[in-house]
Amino acid sequence: MSMQKTTFGSLENFEKGSVQVIDDNPKHYAFSNVFEVASKSKPYEKVAVGKNLKYVIEAVRAEGTSPWFAAAHDEATLVMDGEIEIHFVKPDQPPVPEGKEGTVRLSAEPKGKSMGWVKVRRGHMALLPKGSAYQFRNTGKPGVLMVQTIQGENTVEKWSEICQIKP
Amino acid sequence: MSTAATPMTTGKTLGYKTHAIGSFQFGRDEYFAHIHYPGGRHIMQVDAFLRALMRDVAWGFFYGTVNFDTVFGTVNHYGTVEMFIGLFNEGYRANNRHFVETFEAKDLKAVFEGMLEDWTNEGFDPFAAPDETGTVYGAKKGNNSKAIKRQRLIANRMVGLPGDLTFRTEPLNRQFQDVPTDKPEVHAEKGFENEVHAFNFFDYVCRSDVTWNPSVVSCVKDSQFCATTEEHVLPITHGNDRVEWFIQATDEIIWDVDDRATGRPRAKVTMKAGDVAAMPADIRHRGYSPKRSLLIVWENNDASLPQQYASGKLTPYPVAF
Ligand SMILES: [Fe+2]
Repeated sequence: MSMQKTTFGSLENFEKGSVQVIDDNPKHYAFSNVFEVASKSKPYEKVAVGKNLKYVIEAVRAEGTSPWFAAAHDEATLVMDGEIEIHFVKPDQPPVPEGKEGTVRLSAEPKGKSMGWVKVRRGHMALLPKGSAYQFRNTGKPGVLMVQTIQGENTVEKWSEICQIKP
Repeated sequence: MSTAATPMTTGKTLGYKTHAIGSFQFGRDEYFAHIHYPGGRHIMQVDAFLRALMRDVAWGFFYGTVNFDTVFGTVNHYGTVEMFIGLFNEGYRANNRHFVETFEAKDLKAVFEGMLEDWTNEGFDPFAAPDETGTVYGAKKGNNSKAIKRQRLIANRMVGLPGDLTFRTEPLNRQFQDVPTDKPEVHAEKGFENEVHAFNFFDYVCRSDVTWNPSVVSCVKDSQFCATTEEHVLPITHGNDRVEWFIQATDEIIWDVDDRATGRPRAKVTMKAGDVAAMPADIRHRGYSPKRSLLIVWENNDASLPQQYASGKLTPYPVAF
């Protein structure tokens, strides 16, 4: 049986495709690449690479230790590159008011109960559960995360910098 | 003119039944599916027809339009379904040669399921890549009920959580033998086992034994990550009734993007690992995956969207910049 090699991308090694326009504007496709975006981001900057009304997908450069984050709804993260620990705390006081949308950055680790932690690598998905606080820790080479969430005060939009504009 | 009024005899001597609903009649012979409707007939290669029919049935008519080819297909109105000839074909429309009939979704689904069961021969799996399955040509020979009863899998919160969709036990697909199967380390404190959760998403998806069949893996309210493995050609051309997004996780897919209403070409989108692209709400798209690849289709499941796009309240493009 012939076996073709599976191609993954990484921060050091990715190839970007493109929109070949026949009768359209390439901006309609908001075409970007998560590795390219993360290669130009600050650590843990949450750059929107997908937006469907209030929902977003953020590309995140996972380098060093992140601030503590929290949300009033579930979020999910998929590791695209690297190996990252995520530590979870159940805060004594709700860190984000009920109904608020998007990821909130906390000023410090909240007082509360440790929920545990996970260590995830490329291809792994982790739940960032509603009502928890979480912190990413990466002691190795910079990694790349995608975060499935709702647009919030920490979502960075810079579409004209990340997307194909010219046909 | 009324071709459909005459009972079809196509395929009877080959052991196939004809199937009918409203004024549509469907027959198959050794190579082709024949569709008769008031005003004419349409023909498709039977393997292509069955692969498209399989998706339409398993997805419950999906989001928006499922074009079997440039002429025949269905539009989901979530409760009722329009079945059409030429509705999204510039030539048919300009000459008023199109035909549309509306059905209760459950009635049409029942007819489609019966046809799929009857016309799928033993050894043919309409969900598999062509290299993984036998032929469907020729006279009726057995069936493959097991293959055609697969449903679209939908996680409520995330695959692998207690009470949610369970992990796949199938082996890695033949074209994903080199995908790592390592598990994440999960250290949940007592009482938080339902919340501290991680799993090997790539491994889970690469065990899928079907192609072009997005299944929901994780949800944030109406935001759904629908992961799927793709190989060969998407058997339908999907006409969007809302914006959807693609995240290419491995390998490469080339998309043909045409105007949703007319079918006129608008773009070709080549996506490689890590690429993210929107599919606007006014297009139709068909993908080509030379090697089996892992694609995440990102959907917004908000039921009010089709109406908001159709009425022009929302623009078909997701971001303005
Ligand atoms: Fe689609």
